[in-house]
Amino acid sequence: MVDGGLNLHHLQFLAVGALWTVCLSLIAFVGGGIAGGAIALCRISPLKPLRWLTIAWIQIIQGTPLLVVLFVCYFGLSIMGLELPGLVAASIAMIIYVSAYLGEIWRGCIEAVPRTQWEAAECLALSRWQRMRLVVLPQALRIATPPTVGFMVQIVKNTSLASIVGFVELVRAGQLINNSTFQPFLVYLIIAAVYFAMCYPLSVWSRRLEQRLHFGQRAAAP
Amino acid sequence: MTQAPATNPVVVELKDVHKRFGANHVLKGVSFAIPKGQVVAIIGKSGSGKSTALRCIDRLEIIDSGTIEVCGHAVHDPAIDLRRLRQDVGIVFQSYNLFPHLTVEQNITLAPRAVKGLSGADALAIAERTLRQVGLADKAQAYPEQLSGGQQQRVAIARSLAMEPQVMLFDEVTSALDPQLTGEVLRVIEQLAQGGMTMVLVTHEMEFAARVADTIIYMHEGKVWETGPGQMLREPQTPELRDFLSHGL
Amino acid sequence: MDYTFDFASVVAAWPQFLEGAWLTIQLSFPATVIGFVMGTLCAIGRRSAVRWLSKLCGAYVEVVRNTPLLVQVFLVFFGLSSLGWKVPAFTAALVALVINVAAYSCEIMRAGMDAIHKGQLEAAECLGLTRRQVYWHVILRPAMEKVYPALTSQFVLLMLATSITSQISVEELTATAARVQSETFRPFEAYILVAVAYLALSLLMRAGLWLFGLAVFTRRRRLGTGVAR
Repeated sequence: MVDGGLNLHHLQFLAVGALWTVCLSLIAFVGGGIAGGAIALCRISPLKPLRWLTIAWIQIIQGTPLLVVLFVCYFGLSIMGLELPGLVAASIAMIIYVSAYLGEIWRGCIEAVPRTQWEAAECLALSRWQRMRLVVLPQALRIATPPTVGFMVQIVKNTSLASIVGFVELVRAGQLINNSTFQPFLVYLIIAAVYFAMCYPLSVWSRRLEQRLHFGQRAAAP
Repeated sequence: MTQAPATNPVVVELKDVHKRFGANHVLKGVSFAIPKGQVVAIIGKSGSGKSTALRCIDRLEIIDSGTIEVCGHAVHDPAIDLRRLRQDVGIVFQSYNLFPHLTVEQNITLAPRAVKGLSGADALAIAERTLRQVGLADKAQAYPEQLSGGQQQRVAIARSLAMEPQVMLFDEVTSALDPQLTGEVLRVIEQLAQGGMTMVLVTHEMEFAARVADTIIYMHEGKVWETGPGQMLREPQTPELRDFLSHGL
Repeated sequence: MDYTFDFASVVAAWPQFLEGAWLTIQLSFPATVIGFVMGTLCAIGRRSAVRWLSKLCGAYVEVVRNTPLLVQVFLVFFGLSSLGWKVPAFTAALVALVINVAAYSCEIMRAGMDAIHKGQLEAAECLGLTRRQVYWHVILRPAMEKVYPALTSQFVLLMLATSITSQISVEELTATAARVQSETFRPFEAYILVAVAYLALSLLMRAGLWLFGLAVFTRRRRLGTGVAR
C-alpha cells in the first residue's frame, strides 16, 4: 500500500480526519434532532400559522441542496462580521438540514400511531400534551427508531460537504494528502472504505430494527 | 342437470399421485378420472389434501410420484410445456388475484393478447362476451378495488374463460366471500356447468356440490375416501364422510 | 451588522445563472432516466435465483449507499483519468450520478417488487404468461406505481445533489454562483439567489413528475388514490 508517497503519517492524518467526521456527525445529529423534534411537533400543532411556517421551512430546506445551504451559512456568518472556522458554518448548515428531514420523518411516525390511540387517550380526559407525552410519543418512538438510524447514514455521508468550506474532516484530509502524494484515486478509495466502515453498520442496524418492528406488528395483529 | 355420458373421453386423470411438503405427506396415492363435460366437486376437511390435488392438476405444485394427464399433457413430466397446459386449463382462486393496476377489461384482455397474440379488437370482443357471461358487462372500465368481492370473483372467472380453456378449476372460490355474495358466484358456476364445461371444484358448499356436480369426491387424510353422484351426500357409506357431513366443515 | 445587501449586481448575471440551470437539467435528466433503468435491472438481478448475480447487485447497492456522493464523484473523475481515459468533467459527473441514482432506484424498486403478492404471480402464470410477460405486466408496472412517490423524492434529491459536481468544475448552477461571486464579491447574495433557483427547479420537477405519474398510472388518476394498495 505504501508505494510512492503514501505513508503512515498520512494514514494517521486520515484517522484524525475521520474523528472529526464523527464529531461533526454527532453535532449534526444531536442539534438537528432537537430542532427536528421541535419541528415535528410544530408541524402537527393545532395553530395554523405555526403549521404553515414549519411546512414552508421544510419545503425550502428540502428543495435546496445542502451544499448551497452550507455556502449561505458560511458567507452569511462572514458578512455578519463573524470570521468563524469551517466547523461552525458546517455545524449550523448540518443542523438546519437535519432538522428539516428528521422533523418530517418524525412527523410521519407520530401520525403513524393509530388514530384510535388518540381517541382512547382523549376519552381518559388527558390534556393534549399528556396525550402526546404519555400515549402517542412512546409509540411513535418505536416506529421512529429504524428510519432515524437509517438517516444517520445520510448525516455521516453529508458531513463530507464540510470539506468544501475548508473544514478538515475525512475528505478534506484526503485532499491535503493528495497535494503531496498525487495519488488521488488510491486516497479516495481509502476514504470511501472508511465511510463504508462507518455507515454500513448503521444501515444493517436500521434494517434489523425495521424487521423487528414489522415482525412485532404482524405478531400483534389479530 | 345435463348428465355427461361416462363414455366421453377422459380429460383429467390422476393415477396414484403422492405429494409431500417436507415431512407432511399430503397426498397418499390419489387417483381419479374426469370425462369431458363432467363437473366434479372435491370435498373434505381442511388439510385433507383437496386443494393440493387441485393445484397439482395445473402444476402449481409438483408431485413426487404418480402420473397426471390433463388434455393430453403429461403434467408429471418435468419437460412439460407449461404455457400450453395453462392455455387448456383455467383456474380461479379463493383470493381472486385480479391485477389491481388494470381495469376489469384489461385484466381479461391481458392474456389473450400476450399469450395468444390476439389483436386488441379481438381481445376486446372476448372480454365483452365473457363479462356478459358473468353478468358484469357494465363494469368493464372499473378497477378491481371498486368492485365487491363477489364481483371481483366473477371477473376472475371471466378472465379465465377468456382463454377458452378445456377445463376449469375452482379453488374454494367462495370461501372469502360474505354469505350474501356467495350466491352470485355460484350461479355463474352453475351456468357454466349447464353449458357443458368440464370443471373441478374444491368447495365447502355441500348443497351446491350436491346439486351441480356429476361426481363428488370425498377426500380424507390425503386419499380419495369415497366417490359417487350427488346422492352420496344423503347416503354416506363411510363413517368418516358421515362424520364430516354431520359436523359441517 | 452594517452590511447592505446588493442583489442587483448578482441578479444582473442572470444569463450565467440560466446557463448553469440548463446544465443542471442536462445532468439531472439523463442521470435520472439511465439510473432508473439500470436500477430496475439491478433490482431484477437482486431478486434473481442466481446466487452470485443477486449478491453482486446487493453489494453494489450497499457500497454506493454507504459512501458519500462527493467521494464517488472524485473516484470516478480520478479513476477514469488514472485509467488513461481523458473524459470531460461533465461525463465523469454524469457517470457518477448514474451510478448513484441506480443504487437508490434499485432499493426502491426492489421493495415495490417484493410487495407484489405471490397470488398475483400464480394467477399470471396460470393464464399462460411467460416469465418475461409476468415480470412486465404483473411485477414491474404495479411495483412502479406503488413506489412512484418514493421515486419522485429520490429523483428530486438527485437533482439537488448535482450541485456536488461543481467540485470537479462542472459549470452547473452552484459553480455559476461561485463564479459570479468571484466577479461581484457578493457571495451571500449569489448563493441566496442560487438557493431560490434550486427551489424553483425542485418545485417544477415535482410538478412535472406528478403530471407524468397522472398520465402513466391511469388508475391513480381515476381513483385519486395516492398510494396503490
